[in-house]
Amino acid sequence: MYTMVLSILHRASGLYLSACGFLLVGWLVAAALGPEAYACAIRFFTTLAMRIVLLLALAAFWYHLFAGCRHLAWDTGHGFEKKVARRTGTVVVLLAAAALAATLILTPAGRFVAGVP
Amino acid sequence: MSGRAGTGSHHWRNQRLTSVALLPLGLWFLIALLRQPGLDYAIVSGWFAKPLQAFLAALFGATLLWHSMLGVQVVLEDYVRGPLRRFTIGLSRLAHTAAALALACALFRLVTGGAG
Repeated sequence: MYTMVLSILHRASGLYLSACGFLLVGWLVAAALGPEAYACAIRFFTTLAMRIVLLLALAAFWYHLFAGCRHLAWDTGHGFEKKVARRTGTVVVLLAAAALAATLILTPAGRFVAGVP
Repeated sequence: MSGRAGTGSHHWRNQRLTSVALLPLGLWFLIALLRQPGLDYAIVSGWFAKPLQAFLAALFGATLLWHSMLGVQVVLEDYVRGPLRRFTIGLSRLAHTAAALALACALFRLVTGGAG
C-alpha cells in the first residue's frame, strides 16, 4: 500500500514537472523577447497562485529526483524485496523533505517562494 | 501493442538514459537558478548570454522535454483507451516539440545578445 502510494506519487510529480517544464520554456521565451515581456512574465510568476505552483514544483522536483534514483536501482535489480522497498521509500521521502527545506530556507528565491520575507 | 518504431524497449531505454542525464543537469539548473542574486531581466539575460550557460540550459531543456514526452506517453498509454489515446499522445508530442523549438530560439536569441 505504502509502496503503491509512493509509486503513484512518482507519476503525479512527473506529470506536474512536465507542466512546469512548459512554464520554464515560457519564462525563457519571455526573457528572449525583451525587458517588457520579461517584466510581464515576472508579474505572472510572482502572484500568490503561481508562488504556490512553484512551491509545489520544488517539492515535486526533489521527490521525483530521489524517487527516480530508487526506480533506477529497481531497474538494475536492486532493492525489490518488500522490506527493503519500504525502507528506501521512507529514505526517499525524508531526503526530498530535507532537500526541499534546504532550498526554501537557504536560497533567496526559495525564501521568496516560501513567503518568508 | 502499436508496434511503432520508438516504442517498446527503445522507449524504455531512452526513458532511463534521459533520467540519468537529468540528475546532473537538473541539479545544475535548479542550483544555478536559486543561486542567482535575483531574477530580474539584467541578471537572467546576463546569465544566458554566457555561451557555456546557454549550452547547458539547452542541453537541460532538451533532455527535460524528451524525458517529459516519454513519461507523459507512458501515463497516457496506461490510462487513456481507444482512439483518444493516439490523439492525446500525438498532441503531447506536438506540444513538446513546439516547446523545444521555442526554447532553442529563445536561448539562441539570449546568447547572441538578446533583445536589448
